[in-house]
Amino acid sequence: MTNLNQVKISSPNRGKIGKAIIYIFLGIWAIMVLFPFYWMLLTSVKSYSAYNSEYVPKLFTLSPTMENYISAFSAVPLGKYLANTLIFTLSTTAFMLVVTVLAAAAFARFNFRGRSIAFMLFLALMMIPYELVIVTNFVTITNMDLRNTFLGLILPSITSVFYIYLLKENFAQIPDELYYAAKVDGTSDLKYLLKVMIPICKPTIITIIILKVIECWNLYVWPRLITDDVNYFLVSNGIQEIRESGFGRENIPAMMAAVVVISIPLIILFLIFRKKVMAGVLHGGTKG
Amino acid sequence: MEKRNNKAWFYLLPAMLFLGFFMVYPLIDVFIYSLEEGYNSASQTFFGVGSYNYSFVLHDPYFLQAVKNTFILVIFTVPLSTGIALLISTGLNSIKALKNLFQTIYFLPYVTNTLAVGLVFMILFNKTEYTDGLVNLIIRMFGGNSIDFIDGPYWAKMFVLCFYTIWVVMPFKVLTLTSALASVNPQYYDAAKVDGTSKFRTFTKITLPMISPMLFYLIITGFIGAFKAYSDAVALFGTNLNAAEMNTIVGYIYDMLYGDSGGYPSFASAAAIILFAIVLTITCINSLISKRYVHY
Repeated sequence: MTNLNQVKISSPNRGKIGKAIIYIFLGIWAIMVLFPFYWMLLTSVKSYSAYNSEYVPKLFTLSPTMENYISAFSAVPLGKYLANTLIFTLSTTAFMLVVTVLAAAAFARFNFRGRSIAFMLFLALMMIPYELVIVTNFVTITNMDLRNTFLGLILPSITSVFYIYLLKENFAQIPDELYYAAKVDGTSDLKYLLKVMIPICKPTIITIIILKVIECWNLYVWPRLITDDVNYFLVSNGIQEIRESGFGRENIPAMMAAVVVISIPLIILFLIFRKKVMAGVLHGGTKG
Repeated sequence: MEKRNNKAWFYLLPAMLFLGFFMVYPLIDVFIYSLEEGYNSASQTFFGVGSYNYSFVLHDPYFLQAVKNTFILVIFTVPLSTGIALLISTGLNSIKALKNLFQTIYFLPYVTNTLAVGLVFMILFNKTEYTDGLVNLIIRMFGGNSIDFIDGPYWAKMFVLCFYTIWVVMPFKVLTLTSALASVNPQYYDAAKVDGTSKFRTFTKITLPMISPMLFYLIITGFIGAFKAYSDAVALFGTNLNAAEMNTIVGYIYDMLYGDSGGYPSFASAAAIILFAIVLTITCINSLISKRYVHY
């Protein structure tokens, strides 16, 4: 009892101090997260000579310049990398969507023999680590002469079992009555899928699209294995190329300009769809 | 009925084709590759069948270095990142103002390109003839000696790698734990308050057991993820990780497959299977331990 009284008496002040400590701690981590972003932006607007003359790097600049952005696009094929990544991301996501929607609809809508076994097998595929299958995929794509082609980049990246699972769960929530009503009206299965199921599950589909776009945009390992022609590099490989032989190793401001250009599209996408991205990742994304 | 049956399989066909060709077949094939001795990727011939590939990989100093690096990385980053994430999400859950802003900021590393941001970390830690780099200047401010974290001593490079890895994996952990903490039934806390339980005791006796399944999930995925570390190391030290003594097991697999030392899918397969065996063992041990501590 005395204990409780003590807590009551001292709690208002202690509470305030505690809150302050929490905010300071959270603030420190926020700075840790944001500082690299600030530093890349800052360095990207410093001129080459200014950057190299600062033995002690300045924390701000009074004469920002855009020249690094110009050289990022002219001295190295950054525009080409971005275009490649855009083509790769959009086509992979589009193919993925068709395959995923069809498979999810089959599992959720149709009652066919072997459905539960097939679904179990699909789920089991989620356990297969990427590293185990990449060796054969590399050999397969090489033997098919698909190295340095978009097809070679896209084909193995299309299917994601997890997205099929996510969408199937969502499709399964649509009441059967809707389906029977549509059947009475003479709606075909495909039309029902396109006009009813997809519109109802639009939020999940958008989440899947965003997660896939993030995954594709940041993909590094597969493109590195399958492309050695600069004309087919994606941004991750491009940035590695820039680092190792692009501007000459010393032109760090130009490198940072390239880093900013590469990072901004996804940051904007995230800020627009913040809630969807976070909910989607919460449902089972990990950083791959 | 028969017609509907066919229709369903028709809908499943594309997914089955892709998965069969790029997941199931490779999964079987990787074991075959790993047993084919002296495989030549140009002529696609091999001498015999046996365990030579495994013994080669297990005796390769580069592989042993990669295993050592990976284990150090795992041992430091998994507990540290989970612990810090727990602190951060507990903090996040106890505030109202600015909570959304903090959450958004903390999530940013998830959506950024690991390779690109890794360059920024390299610049912050690197020591060149032009500048000591920001981190070294801070160290000097506190009276320490400047160290080259990127081309310098082993422990310094390992420190940067661990630091960057934690920075990269934090968003997922903070997000998951924050939502787990928020879903704890507030009645438990009210009951504890009535009883006058101290905050620390409430945390260890109510919060931790309630979120222990999520915590355990994070530790398992954390272990798996850390064992597969690769692109973080490339981002910091460049593609020639063997020269930097900073290669990881996954990096070793890819180097065996392609690049200057590449062209050995058999060795790559053997290394991949060894990695998989390690991950499986650790996951099983984790599950056994968790049975004692996790409250479902």
